[in-house]
Amino acid sequence: MINRYENVVIETVSRLLVPALQLFGLYVIAHGHGSPGGGFQGGCILAASFILMVIAYDIRVAKSHMSENLNTILCCLGVFIYGGIGLLCVILGGNFLDYSVLHKILPVDPVKARYMGILGVEIGVGMAVMAVMISIFLNIASRGEHEGHENSVSVSAGVSDRRNNE
Amino acid sequence: MKIIAFFATFITGFLLIYATVDMPDWGDPNSPPNAHVSPRYIEKVILETATPNIVTAVLADYRGYDTFGESVVIFTAGIICLMLLRRTSDD
Amino acid sequence: MIWQLDILILLIVVICAIASITVKDILSSALLLGAYSFLMCLLWTGMGAVDVAFTEAAVGAGISTAFFIGAVFHMTRRTKD
Repeated sequence: MINRYENVVIETVSRLLVPALQLFGLYVIAHGHGSPGGGFQGGCILAASFILMVIAYDIRVAKSHMSENLNTILCCLGVFIYGGIGLLCVILGGNFLDYSVLHKILPVDPVKARYMGILGVEIGVGMAVMAVMISIFLNIASRGEHEGHENSVSVSAGVSDRRNNE
Repeated sequence: MKIIAFFATFITGFLLIYATVDMPDWGDPNSPPNAHVSPRYIEKVILETATPNIVTAVLADYRGYDTFGESVVIFTAGIICLMLLRRTSDD
Repeated sequence: MIWQLDILILLIVVICAIASITVKDILSSALLLGAYSFLMCLLWTGMGAVDVAFTEAAVGAGISTAFFIGAVFHMTRRTKD
Protein backbone atom coordinates (compact mmCIF):
# COMPACT_ATOMS: atom_id res chain seq x y z
CA MET A 1 0.00 0.00 0.00
CA ILE A 2 2.85 2.38 0.82
CA ASN A 3 5.45 0.74 -1.38
CA ARG A 4 4.45 -0.42 -4.81
CA TYR A 5 4.17 -4.16 -5.45
CA GLU A 6 4.20 -4.65 -9.21
CA ASN A 7 1.26 -6.83 -10.20
CA VAL A 8 0.04 -6.65 -13.78
CA VAL A 9 -3.41 -8.13 -13.16
CA ILE A 10 -4.34 -5.87 -10.24
CA GLU A 11 -2.98 -2.72 -11.88
CA THR A 12 -4.75 -3.36 -15.20
CA VAL A 13 -8.06 -4.20 -13.57
CA SER A 14 -7.95 -1.17 -11.32
CA ARG A 15 -6.99 1.06 -14.26
CA LEU A 16 -10.16 -0.11 -15.99
CA LEU A 17 -12.28 0.04 -12.84
CA VAL A 18 -11.38 3.47 -11.48
CA PRO A 19 -12.98 5.58 -14.28
CA ALA A 20 -16.14 3.45 -14.17
CA LEU A 21 -16.37 3.88 -10.39
CA GLN A 22 -15.89 7.64 -10.66
CA LEU A 23 -18.53 7.90 -13.37
CA PHE A 24 -20.95 5.90 -11.21
CA GLY A 25 -20.21 8.16 -8.23
CA LEU A 26 -20.95 11.27 -10.27
CA TYR A 27 -24.17 9.62 -11.51
CA VAL A 28 -25.25 8.84 -7.97
CA ILE A 29 -24.65 12.45 -6.87
CA ALA A 30 -26.32 14.04 -9.89
CA HIS A 31 -29.23 11.61 -10.05
CA GLY A 32 -30.03 11.47 -6.36
CA HIS A 33 -33.43 13.05 -7.03
CA GLY A 34 -35.00 10.29 -9.04
CA SER A 35 -33.22 7.19 -7.80
CA PRO A 36 -31.67 6.11 -4.51
CA GLY A 37 -28.50 7.97 -3.78
CA GLY A 38 -27.32 11.41 -2.92
CA GLY A 39 -24.28 13.32 -1.86
CA PHE A 40 -23.17 11.03 0.95
CA GLN A 41 -23.26 7.79 -1.04
CA GLY A 42 -21.80 9.33 -4.18
CA GLY A 43 -18.98 10.93 -2.21
CA CYS A 44 -18.20 7.57 -0.60
CA ILE A 45 -18.08 5.88 -4.02
CA LEU A 46 -15.74 8.58 -5.36
CA ALA A 47 -13.51 8.13 -2.32
CA ALA A 48 -13.60 4.34 -2.82
CA SER A 49 -12.26 4.75 -6.36
CA PHE A 50 -9.36 6.77 -4.99
CA ILE A 51 -8.73 4.20 -2.23
CA LEU A 52 -8.63 1.47 -4.90
CA MET A 53 -5.95 3.51 -6.65
CA VAL A 54 -3.95 3.77 -3.42
CA ILE A 55 -4.18 0.00 -2.80
CA ALA A 56 -3.42 -1.10 -6.37
CA TYR A 57 -0.54 1.35 -6.97
CA ASP A 58 1.01 3.30 -4.12
CA ILE A 59 0.43 6.56 -2.29
CA ARG A 60 2.77 8.61 -4.46
CA VAL A 61 0.94 7.70 -7.69
CA ALA A 62 -2.37 8.46 -6.05
CA LYS A 63 -1.15 11.78 -4.68
CA SER A 64 0.00 12.79 -8.15
CA HIS A 65 -3.68 12.61 -9.19
CA MET A 66 -5.10 14.27 -6.08
CA SER A 67 -2.66 16.27 -3.98
CA GLU A 68 -3.34 16.78 -0.31
CA ASN A 69 -3.63 20.54 -0.70
CA LEU A 70 -6.36 20.12 -3.32
CA ASN A 71 -8.01 17.55 -1.07
CA THR A 72 -8.16 19.92 1.91
CA ILE A 73 -9.44 22.73 -0.30
CA LEU A 74 -12.23 20.46 -1.61
CA CYS A 75 -13.09 19.42 1.94
CA CYS A 76 -13.60 23.02 3.01
CA LEU A 77 -15.27 24.00 -0.26
CA GLY A 78 -17.96 21.33 0.11
CA VAL A 79 -19.15 22.61 3.47
CA PHE A 80 -18.80 26.17 2.19
CA ILE A 81 -21.11 25.41 -0.78
CA TYR A 82 -23.77 24.06 1.58
CA GLY A 83 -23.55 27.00 3.95
CA GLY A 84 -23.21 29.41 1.04
CA ILE A 85 -26.45 28.25 -0.56
CA GLY A 86 -28.17 28.63 2.80
CA LEU A 87 -26.80 32.14 3.26
CA LEU A 88 -27.68 33.03 -0.33
CA CYS A 89 -31.29 32.23 0.50
CA VAL A 90 -31.08 34.60 3.48
CA ILE A 91 -29.57 37.33 1.30
CA LEU A 92 -32.33 36.92 -1.30
CA GLY A 93 -34.97 37.43 1.37
CA GLY A 94 -36.00 33.96 2.53
CA ASN A 95 -35.20 31.76 5.48
CA PHE A 96 -31.95 29.84 5.94
CA LEU A 97 -31.92 26.92 3.43
CA ASP A 98 -35.28 27.95 1.96
CA TYR A 99 -34.42 27.25 -1.66
CA SER A 100 -37.60 28.59 -3.23
CA VAL A 101 -36.28 32.16 -3.18
CA LEU A 102 -33.48 31.05 -5.53
CA HIS A 103 -35.86 31.63 -8.47
CA LYS A 104 -34.81 35.28 -8.34
CA ILE A 105 -31.38 34.41 -9.70
CA LEU A 106 -32.13 31.16 -11.55
CA PRO A 107 -34.25 31.06 -14.73
CA VAL A 108 -36.81 28.65 -13.22
CA ASP A 109 -40.03 28.84 -11.21
CA PRO A 110 -39.97 28.51 -7.36
CA VAL A 111 -40.81 24.78 -7.34
CA LYS A 112 -38.00 23.96 -9.75
CA ALA A 113 -35.72 26.29 -7.77
CA ARG A 114 -36.06 23.96 -4.77
CA TYR A 115 -35.02 21.08 -7.05
CA MET A 116 -31.94 23.07 -8.07
CA GLY A 117 -31.20 23.96 -4.46
CA ILE A 118 -31.27 20.28 -3.48
CA LEU A 119 -28.88 19.50 -6.36
CA GLY A 120 -26.40 22.19 -5.24
CA VAL A 121 -26.53 20.98 -1.65
CA GLU A 122 -25.93 17.36 -2.72
CA ILE A 123 -22.88 18.45 -4.74
CA GLY A 124 -21.50 20.21 -1.66
CA VAL A 125 -22.08 17.21 0.60
CA GLY A 126 -20.52 14.86 -1.97
CA MET A 127 -17.42 17.01 -2.28
CA ALA A 128 -16.96 17.26 1.49
CA VAL A 129 -17.54 13.53 2.10
CA MET A 130 -15.15 12.49 -0.69
CA ALA A 131 -12.38 14.77 0.54
CA VAL A 132 -12.80 13.78 4.20
CA MET A 133 -12.81 10.03 3.46
CA ILE A 134 -9.69 10.33 1.27
CA SER A 135 -7.96 12.44 3.92
CA ILE A 136 -8.73 9.95 6.73
CA PHE A 137 -7.61 6.98 4.64
CA LEU A 138 -4.36 8.65 3.57
CA ASN A 139 -3.56 9.62 7.15
CA ILE A 140 -4.28 6.10 8.43
CA ALA A 141 -2.46 4.27 5.63
CA SER A 142 0.65 6.44 5.62
CA ARG A 143 0.77 6.95 9.43
CA GLY A 144 0.51 10.68 8.96
CA GLU A 145 3.53 10.99 6.69
CA HIS A 146 3.32 13.62 3.98
CA GLU A 147 5.49 15.54 1.56
CA GLY A 148 8.21 17.59 3.13
CA HIS A 149 8.57 15.37 6.19
CA GLU A 150 12.13 14.16 6.74
CA ASN A 151 11.39 10.70 8.22
CA SER A 152 9.01 9.79 5.42
CA VAL A 153 11.27 7.35 3.55
CA SER A 154 12.73 5.52 6.55
CA VAL A 155 9.40 4.93 8.30
CA SER A 156 7.71 3.56 5.19
CA ALA A 157 10.67 1.19 4.66
CA GLY A 158 10.17 -0.06 8.23
CA VAL A 159 6.53 -0.75 7.51
CA SER A 160 7.38 -2.88 4.49
CA ASP A 161 9.92 -4.85 6.56
CA ARG A 162 7.30 -5.61 9.17
CA ARG A 163 4.86 -6.73 6.52
CA ASN A 164 7.42 -9.09 5.02
CA ASN A 165 8.15 -10.64 8.41
CA GLU A 166 4.60 -11.74 9.04
CA MET B 1 -14.11 -10.64 35.06
CA LYS B 2 -15.42 -12.36 31.96
CA ILE B 3 -18.52 -13.51 33.83
CA ILE B 4 -19.30 -9.93 34.90
CA ALA B 5 -18.86 -8.74 31.31
CA PHE B 6 -21.12 -11.54 30.08
CA PHE B 7 -23.84 -10.66 32.55
CA ALA B 8 -23.62 -6.95 31.73
CA THR B 9 -23.98 -7.73 28.02
CA PHE B 10 -26.80 -10.20 28.67
CA ILE B 11 -28.80 -7.78 30.81
CA THR B 12 -28.31 -4.90 28.36
CA GLY B 13 -29.37 -7.11 25.45
CA PHE B 14 -32.39 -8.36 27.36
CA LEU B 15 -33.47 -4.79 28.16
CA LEU B 16 -33.02 -3.73 24.52
CA ILE B 17 -35.05 -6.67 23.23
CA TYR B 18 -37.69 -6.02 25.92
CA ALA B 19 -37.89 -2.39 24.76
CA THR B 20 -38.54 -3.40 21.16
CA VAL B 21 -41.80 -5.09 22.19
CA ASP B 22 -43.36 -1.68 22.77
CA MET B 23 -42.38 -0.39 19.34
CA PRO B 24 -45.12 -0.18 16.68
CA ASP B 25 -45.32 -2.93 14.07
CA TRP B 26 -43.29 -2.58 10.91
CA GLY B 27 -45.31 -0.65 8.33
CA ASP B 28 -48.21 0.03 10.70
CA PRO B 29 -50.17 2.91 9.14
CA ASN B 30 -51.53 4.03 12.52
CA SER B 31 -48.19 4.37 14.28
CA PRO B 32 -47.24 7.96 15.25
CA PRO B 33 -44.47 8.49 12.67
CA ASN B 34 -46.68 7.18 9.87
CA ALA B 35 -49.81 9.05 10.94
CA HIS B 36 -48.84 12.73 11.04
CA VAL B 37 -45.77 13.73 9.03
CA SER B 38 -45.32 11.01 6.42
CA PRO B 39 -48.69 11.40 4.61
CA ARG B 40 -48.07 15.12 4.22
CA TYR B 41 -44.66 14.50 2.68
CA ILE B 42 -46.01 11.79 0.37
CA GLU B 43 -48.85 14.02 -0.82
CA LYS B 44 -47.02 17.32 -1.21
CA VAL B 45 -43.45 16.48 -2.16
CA ILE B 46 -43.93 16.50 -5.95
CA LEU B 47 -46.01 19.69 -5.82
CA GLU B 48 -43.59 21.55 -3.57
CA THR B 49 -40.14 20.42 -4.69
CA ALA B 50 -40.57 18.55 -8.03
CA THR B 51 -38.33 15.78 -6.65
CA PRO B 52 -39.50 12.17 -7.20
CA ASN B 53 -37.25 10.70 -4.49
CA ILE B 54 -38.99 11.60 -1.24
CA VAL B 55 -36.01 10.61 0.90
CA THR B 56 -33.72 13.07 -0.84
CA ALA B 57 -36.31 15.82 -0.64
CA VAL B 58 -36.85 15.29 3.09
CA LEU B 59 -33.11 15.00 3.72
CA ALA B 60 -31.95 18.04 1.80
CA ASP B 61 -34.96 20.33 1.78
CA TYR B 62 -37.42 19.81 4.65
CA ARG B 63 -34.69 18.71 7.04
CA GLY B 64 -31.88 20.69 5.44
CA TYR B 65 -30.62 22.04 8.73
CA ASP B 66 -29.98 18.50 10.00
CA THR B 67 -28.02 17.61 6.89
CA PHE B 68 -26.00 20.80 7.27
CA GLY B 69 -25.10 19.73 10.81
CA GLU B 70 -24.22 16.26 9.51
CA SER B 71 -21.83 17.62 6.89
CA VAL B 72 -20.25 19.89 9.50
CA VAL B 73 -19.76 16.82 11.72
CA ILE B 74 -18.01 14.98 8.86
CA PHE B 75 -15.84 18.03 8.18
CA THR B 76 -14.90 18.21 11.86
CA ALA B 77 -14.04 14.50 11.87
CA GLY B 78 -11.70 14.99 8.92
CA ILE B 79 -9.98 17.97 10.53
CA ILE B 80 -9.57 16.10 13.86
CA CYS B 81 -8.05 13.09 12.05
CA LEU B 82 -5.68 15.46 10.29
CA MET B 83 -4.69 17.00 13.64
CA LEU B 84 -4.25 13.71 15.53
CA LEU B 85 -2.60 11.52 12.90
CA ARG B 86 -0.47 13.97 10.96
CA ARG B 87 3.17 14.02 12.05
CA THR B 88 4.81 17.37 12.36
CA SER B 89 8.59 17.75 12.26
CA ASP B 90 9.01 18.62 15.97
CA ASP B 91 7.92 15.28 17.52
CA MET C 1 -40.29 -9.88 2.09
CA ILE C 2 -39.93 -13.67 2.04
CA TRP C 3 -39.76 -14.71 5.69
CA GLN C 4 -37.50 -17.74 5.10
CA LEU C 5 -34.91 -15.48 3.45
CA ASP C 6 -35.36 -12.97 6.28
CA ILE C 7 -34.67 -15.61 8.94
CA LEU C 8 -31.66 -16.93 6.99
CA ILE C 9 -30.09 -13.47 6.60
CA LEU C 10 -30.71 -12.63 10.27
CA LEU C 11 -29.06 -15.91 11.28
CA ILE C 12 -25.97 -15.19 9.16
CA VAL C 13 -25.85 -11.63 10.56
CA VAL C 14 -25.71 -12.99 14.11
CA ILE C 15 -23.07 -15.55 13.11
CA CYS C 16 -20.95 -12.82 11.46
CA ALA C 17 -21.27 -10.55 14.51
CA ILE C 18 -20.22 -13.30 16.94
CA ALA C 19 -17.42 -14.52 14.66
CA SER C 20 -15.97 -11.05 14.22
CA ILE C 21 -15.39 -10.66 17.96
CA THR C 22 -14.16 -14.21 18.57
CA VAL C 23 -11.75 -14.68 15.66
CA LYS C 24 -8.06 -14.17 16.49
CA ASP C 25 -6.95 -12.66 13.19
CA ILE C 26 -7.69 -8.93 13.03
CA LEU C 27 -7.85 -8.85 9.22
CA SER C 28 -10.48 -11.60 9.26
CA SER C 29 -12.35 -9.64 11.91
CA ALA C 30 -12.42 -6.55 9.67
CA LEU C 31 -13.62 -8.57 6.69
CA LEU C 32 -16.32 -10.24 8.79
CA LEU C 33 -17.55 -6.80 9.81
CA GLY C 34 -17.73 -5.94 6.11
CA ALA C 35 -19.81 -9.07 5.50
CA TYR C 36 -22.04 -8.07 8.44
CA SER C 37 -22.60 -4.63 6.89
CA PHE C 38 -23.44 -6.13 3.53
CA LEU C 39 -25.98 -8.53 5.02
CA MET C 40 -27.55 -5.62 6.92
CA CYS C 41 -27.72 -3.86 3.54
CA LEU C 42 -29.67 -6.84 2.18
CA LEU C 43 -32.05 -6.61 5.14
CA TRP C 44 -32.67 -2.90 4.57
CA THR C 45 -33.34 -3.60 0.90
CA GLY C 46 -35.87 -6.26 1.84
CA MET C 47 -37.67 -3.78 4.10
CA GLY C 48 -37.87 -1.24 1.28
CA ALA C 49 -35.44 1.33 2.70
CA VAL C 50 -33.31 1.55 -0.43
CA ASP C 51 -31.52 4.77 0.50
CA VAL C 52 -30.44 3.39 3.86
CA ALA C 53 -29.30 0.21 2.13
CA PHE C 54 -27.23 2.21 -0.33
CA THR C 55 -25.61 4.17 2.50
CA GLU C 56 -24.90 0.96 4.40
CA ALA C 57 -23.29 -0.61 1.33
CA ALA C 58 -21.19 2.45 0.53
CA VAL C 59 -20.09 3.39 4.04
CA GLY C 60 -20.32 0.21 6.12
CA ALA C 61 -19.19 -2.38 3.61
CA GLY C 62 -16.96 -0.16 1.48
CA ILE C 63 -15.22 2.70 3.21
CA SER C 64 -15.03 1.52 6.82
CA THR C 65 -13.66 -1.89 5.75
CA ALA C 66 -10.99 -0.07 3.76
CA PHE C 67 -10.18 2.03 6.85
CA PHE C 68 -9.89 -1.10 8.98
CA ILE C 69 -7.60 -2.78 6.44
CA GLY C 70 -5.47 0.36 6.23
CA ALA C 71 -5.12 0.33 10.02
CA VAL C 72 -4.44 -3.43 10.24
CA PHE C 73 -1.26 -3.02 8.17
CA HIS C 74 0.27 -0.93 10.96
CA MET C 75 -0.24 -3.43 13.78
CA THR C 76 0.33 -7.10 14.52
CA ARG C 77 -2.12 -9.38 12.84
CA ARG C 78 -3.05 -11.57 15.83
CA THR C 79 -4.73 -10.54 19.07
CA LYS C 80 -3.20 -11.46 22.39
CA ASP C 81 -6.28 -12.35 24.42
